[in-house]
Amino acid sequence: MSKKITVRYFALFREHAGLDAETISTDAETTADVFRLLKHRHGAAEPLAHCKVAINDEMADWNSPIADGDVILLFPPVAGG
Amino acid sequence: MMKMTDQPIVPERLRAELCNEAAGALVAFEGWIRNENEGQQVLRLEYEAYDPLCVSEGRRVIEEALQNFPVLQANCVHRTGLLELGECAVWVGVTSAHRDEAFVACRFIIDQVKVRLPIWKKEHYVNGDSGWVNCERCAGHGKHSSRDVPQAAAIGKAT
Repeated sequence: MSKKITVRYFALFREHAGLDAETISTDAETTADVFRLLKHRHGAAEPLAHCKVAINDEMADWNSPIADGDVILLFPPVAGG
Repeated sequence: MMKMTDQPIVPERLRAELCNEAAGALVAFEGWIRNENEGQQVLRLEYEAYDPLCVSEGRRVIEEALQNFPVLQANCVHRTGLLELGECAVWVGVTSAHRDEAFVACRFIIDQVKVRLPIWKKEHYVNGDSGWVNCERCAGHGKHSSRDVPQAAAIGKAT
């Protein structure tokens, strides 16, 4: 079923997308589906395994289900320190 | 305590916050901005972070350190924004009764912070180029930490 979600981009992903966030209607079921959408829409090339994701400000896994109204945070490879 | 800041880190102030008469050791780690990375001359670094999750995940890391190692207190502060060479980007301080556990816990915290917190850094090079630092080396550090850092049982809570 189609759901409306907001996707927020950071650092390298923001540069790929050319925007901070966008609200989209999607059939995506999991966070991994949203990540693939990013690759398709904005050409991100980073491997999923090197990236992280959060839903509504909680860290999540790539098989986490998404729901209508969720805010998905897509994090490119981190490099703190 | 886990804190994100866009202001300069002052280690002396952070050290003072950890003063404790039960502590026989303070181990502190400072990550500095250096002038070279993988053959490129670095001019400055730009740190971006998603603060809400950095704080919650950083607190989790510190809580894990306090549970797994017999230490008294642990604090971590990470900078954001544009940093010049020599500036302190991250500070970790751990107090304990004896030095061994403070060393191990401090190493655990900085290694976990590097691989778990949503922080990114863009290097600005002397030649005018710039680039986001990817995670491959950081992932390597993460593996290194889980393999090499002794666990609490190896140190002994009673030391």
